[in-house]
Amino acid sequence: MLLTVDHVTKTYPGGPPVLQGATLSMSAGETIALTGESGSGKSTLLHLIAALDRFDAGEIAVDGISLSALDDHGRAAVRRDRVAVVFQQFNLIPTLTVGQNLSFHARLANRLDPGWVDEIASRLGLQDLLARYPENLSGGQQQRVAIGRAMAVRPKLLLADEPTGNLDETTAGAVLDLMLDLVRTSGTALLLVTHSQAVAARLDRHAHLAGGRVT
Amino acid sequence: MIRAAASALWSHWRRHPVQLVTLLAGIALAAGLWSAVQAINAEARASYAKAAAQIGADRLDRLSRTDGGPISVEDYVTLRRSGWQVAAVLQDRLRLNDTVVTVTGIDLVAWSDLPAITEGIATTAITPAEALTAPGLVFARPETAQTLRDHPGFPPVVNTDALPLGRVLTDIGVAEKLLNRPGQITHLLVLPDQPFGAPDLAEVAPDLTWHAARGTQDIARLTNSFHLNLTAFGLLSFVVGLFIVHGTIGLAFEQRRPMIRTLRALGLPLSVLTRLVLLELLALALAGGLVGLLLGYLVAASLLPDVAVTLRGLYGAPVEDSLALRPAWLASGLAMAVAGTLLASAQALWRFSNLPILAAPGQHGWSARPRAMKTQSLAGLSAILIGLAAFALFDGLVAGFALMAGCLLGATLLLPPVLAVGLMAADRLAHGPVAEWFVADMRAQLPSLSLALMALLLALAANIGVGTMVASFRLTFDGWLDQRLTSTLYVTARDDAQGAALAKWMAPRADAVLPIRSVEISSDAHPLFVYGIVDHDSYREHWPLIAAGADVWDRVTTGQAALVNEQMARRDGLWPGSVVTLAPGWELPVAGVYSDYGNPTGQAIVALDLLLMHFPNVPNTRFGVHLPMDRAAQLAEDLGRDFGLPPDAVILQGALKAQSRAIFEKTFVVTGALNVLTLGVAGFAILTSLLTLWTQRLPQLAPVWALGLTRAQLARLELWRALALATMTAVLALPLGLLLAWLLLAVVNVAAFGWRLPMHLFPYDWLRLFTLALITAGLAATLPALRLRRLPPAHLLKVFANER
Repeated sequence: MLLTVDHVTKTYPGGPPVLQGATLSMSAGETIALTGESGSGKSTLLHLIAALDRFDAGEIAVDGISLSALDDHGRAAVRRDRVAVVFQQFNLIPTLTVGQNLSFHARLANRLDPGWVDEIASRLGLQDLLARYPENLSGGQQQRVAIGRAMAVRPKLLLADEPTGNLDETTAGAVLDLMLDLVRTSGTALLLVTHSQAVAARLDRHAHLAGGRVT
Repeated sequence: MIRAAASALWSHWRRHPVQLVTLLAGIALAAGLWSAVQAINAEARASYAKAAAQIGADRLDRLSRTDGGPISVEDYVTLRRSGWQVAAVLQDRLRLNDTVVTVTGIDLVAWSDLPAITEGIATTAITPAEALTAPGLVFARPETAQTLRDHPGFPPVVNTDALPLGRVLTDIGVAEKLLNRPGQITHLLVLPDQPFGAPDLAEVAPDLTWHAARGTQDIARLTNSFHLNLTAFGLLSFVVGLFIVHGTIGLAFEQRRPMIRTLRALGLPLSVLTRLVLLELLALALAGGLVGLLLGYLVAASLLPDVAVTLRGLYGAPVEDSLALRPAWLASGLAMAVAGTLLASAQALWRFSNLPILAAPGQHGWSARPRAMKTQSLAGLSAILIGLAAFALFDGLVAGFALMAGCLLGATLLLPPVLAVGLMAADRLAHGPVAEWFVADMRAQLPSLSLALMALLLALAANIGVGTMVASFRLTFDGWLDQRLTSTLYVTARDDAQGAALAKWMAPRADAVLPIRSVEISSDAHPLFVYGIVDHDSYREHWPLIAAGADVWDRVTTGQAALVNEQMARRDGLWPGSVVTLAPGWELPVAGVYSDYGNPTGQAIVALDLLLMHFPNVPNTRFGVHLPMDRAAQLAEDLGRDFGLPPDAVILQGALKAQSRAIFEKTFVVTGALNVLTLGVAGFAILTSLLTLWTQRLPQLAPVWALGLTRAQLARLELWRALALATMTAVLALPLGLLLAWLLLAVVNVAAFGWRLPMHLFPYDWLRLFTLALITAGLAATLPALRLRRLPPAHLLKVFANER
């Protein structure tokens, strides 16, 4: 299994439990849509899988690595080498150009493949924007850069948190097409958080989060 | 409506307490250091005024003998009888055990309404007649009076606050007995309201010369440059403090934009909002200003004793070392706090008053600043050019300070563009994604940190400039002391008779006994001391000449020429080849010029025989004695025993040098302290900038963290970023500081003190200062870095969850 989430619980200080024994597994290359109501814990689960946050109990293993046993450096290594995340707010690095943003994660992981980055830029239609800074791009362009940055590192698992939530319908459709195309041609597994049933229908599997559990 | 709006505005500070504390601290530091300097200046000037007004003598013209000798009672009586309103004065120093006081005896019958006397009598039950009848009365400050009362046989002492420390005032008859100088008058005071028809002085007393009053004017002139230096430092500290205020208020206004738009959208008129913001700023300025006054009082109180020693040692100016609360500097401190706060807020206020209701929240496109950078560069270059133009057009202190101000302001404005260019170069050298991001991020942070870095640049340049000046001065002064103080022992006799006996006694016991004889010759504007010397190798080999013609010593010792000190040479343009007028009808060619640090007055050296020809009554009481060092202590002891000389009448060369160096060191204690405080304020500016930027940093750092850098790595990079920027600023501060040092040494010192010092370079001191600057920047960055290192991931995750 590429990813196993085993009875994971998470409660934020002063709040009710968000996850109460959530369980999920994914194979390599598989695509899963994670749906649920607002506040159901979708983003929280995604953050826990991405080693961005710690869970209270249970276990998560990414590519055979148990996250609960890792210290800060180990968790940073998982983020750097195993997974990639596409956020709803793009979260590009404003001080780097589009070209630098695209290759940044891959270079951090010491896995830069210039040919692959060029291909990604080409397929995402970013060739003419490489020298620009993120602040000079539209929302759709920024999200394409974010997807490109994530794919450039050839992650085994791509996590996407409502990547089209801030985009209009047409742009959102185009961005999703590109992401699915890249994921399928590179054999990357995709866990995508979405509210859209239409988007969910285009993925291999559909997981629903409710009451802190995955159904 | 107004209350609701004010409450909304104030809520910003409740939500950002660190920002509020930063702002108040900035105002307090700016006002505090300014007030401290003003308090010191006010106290010193009050002391000068008190000394002048309450003794009164310095305000009056005086008559003294042309040959420097005492005035006879007959001359005094003749003048009085001919209608001249003059009062006889006998003044000299008196040793009482370990204390030396200056006794001023005035003919109180001729001038009875001296302020010090009338005040002393008004506060006691004594009558004015008691001051005139035996045993008489003496008047002194309570601190001095206590010493006098402990001395047996001293006349009754009356306390008065109207005299400076160490000064004793009494009737001339009492002074004659205390000083053991019966029938002697050192000078006559020309009292106000002289009657018409009094005969000319030349007719009544041809041996007397009229000297215009100079006391207070001289002290004011001499000390003005010292106070100007202090004020310049105070202003520099004030400006550095304002950088903090400017940065904090700018950020606060930026963060309040959405609130301000909402308030206006809800119907609050812009004019009302502007008034509320102004009131808020005023309240903050007053609160910070009050804290600043307290801070200023504490700083001034701790520095004033050293300033008092400096002014007494360097200028002989009487300054008390206790600080009083004076309304003038209290008002000045508060006014500066308010004015400074409004000045620092002007840009933010202007933007605020022109903010359209529907404007989008301001985005600082970091890459879209070339126009601002260009404008800033042009402003910086213009400031330097204006300074240079002022330097070319004006002379003296004004020119020096104008160029200094232009260069400091210009360099400060040019700092961010220069750093940006440097970082662009570093960008090309950076290898690896982290290094590239590090440099790019540093460039992005430059606008936000530039004010703090500008403050650091000013502080470092001031440190280098003043440090170089002081160290150059110290090095030169040490060498100069060695050249000037070549005698092993310096001996002072009580009077001429004892002087003659001493010279005779010492001659067979020493290698050489050199008389130190001088006369004060007052001209209309400047006093001149003329020294007479005998020919001796110690002068020829060691005297610190800075300019000399051929056969300088042969010409001086044979009476053909004179030497003048540097102050006089620069003031009057007297260099080898010129002719100096030493007294009416006495002119000599100038053979050489010598350095004479620490002396505010003109001085000349001629052959002793020549001096005695013009002034036969020059006292012969001081001697420089040459003998091997190992015999000096024994000779000093013998002198004390055989002639009953007090300890301060026989001084070993080492002690004299130590005393001179102590005064020198005290002179720069204040500037040193202000240097350190300014650097501290700059460090605080960096800290506050980093803390106020803290909330803006998270969206920039979170993506990098999410991509695989740990919080510890990011914290280290934050620390390195502050250190790298501080290093670049320090490197740029070096040439600016050296320029400042050159201006201080070559322009300001010459204008203020009359001497020019050679400039020495002290790389070890720069290294020490750079280390200090890095420690300051490092410490300032440590707190934000530690916060980042310990930041719960949940806070970084908020950036991605769009819940911030």
